[in-house]
Amino acid sequence: MIVATVGNVLVWAVWIVAAFACLGSGVAVVSFSNPFYSALALIGNLGSLAVLYLLLSSEFVAAAQVLVYAGAVMVMFLFVIAYIGPRTESPWAGGPSWQAVGAVLAASALLVEIIVVIGLKAGGRLAHSHHIGGSFGSPSYVGRLFLSDHLLAFEITSIVLLVAAIGGVILGAHSRRATDEVPPL
Amino acid sequence: MGPGTAWYLSVAGFLFAVGSLGVLIRRNPLIVLLSLEIMLNGANLALITFARHLDSGDGQIFALAVMAVAASEVVVGLGLIVALNRKRVPLDVDRLSSLRG
Repeated sequence: MIVATVGNVLVWAVWIVAAFACLGSGVAVVSFSNPFYSALALIGNLGSLAVLYLLLSSEFVAAAQVLVYAGAVMVMFLFVIAYIGPRTESPWAGGPSWQAVGAVLAASALLVEIIVVIGLKAGGRLAHSHHIGGSFGSPSYVGRLFLSDHLLAFEITSIVLLVAAIGGVILGAHSRRATDEVPPL
Repeated sequence: MGPGTAWYLSVAGFLFAVGSLGVLIRRNPLIVLLSLEIMLNGANLALITFARHLDSGDGQIFALAVMAVAASEVVVGLGLIVALNRKRVPLDVDRLSSLRG
């Protein structure tokens, strides 16, 4: 009984730290003026999301999140930011414009809607979650699902990645024409 | 019992709202892409929360597919940004209003 209580307190503590790190770094990504700092804050966001996935007993997704996002995608982001040079832009400079006011209103309306819907549903259906088996979220569980029920999604994902790789190569390739022949925009 | 499904969903909703705010107010296309990642991750967190809630792996599969699509989107988006930068186009989404190239 005492062990269970200590375990619950520990889970809550980890959840609170991860959730607030997630929210704080999310706000930091949007509000930093330097894109480099925003990308670094997004790495923290992805790491704390991986902790939340672990608390939801989705070990494989958490590992994939760290490998794919925090590893590959963010390295690419940082490389491109370093390539085109840091362009600072402060989002709140120059007083509130009507665009900023409208954007804040739209985003907060979205947030209020989501919270209200969750609050309406939370009383009944969201209160009791199912019990999960021991292998839930393990690599063998996800792999079995991918290769049995969701084989089509698996193959389509591979085709999407292949097309994106080809597109990236084409977009990033140097033009064969000289620079002065490129029509100015 | 740890935190319930509604707590995770609230975090997911907040992430989605913060990401949409970034997409709407930021002018640098790089930070618009970063904010899109936050939105996709909010959706992913909701998917995984429901996968845990319903004891079904389908949400995890969907989340992994979203991750692959997000990686593809980043590749294409960053390729576009590099191409724009090479053509000396100002990197400001308010001024990128014509498709003429």
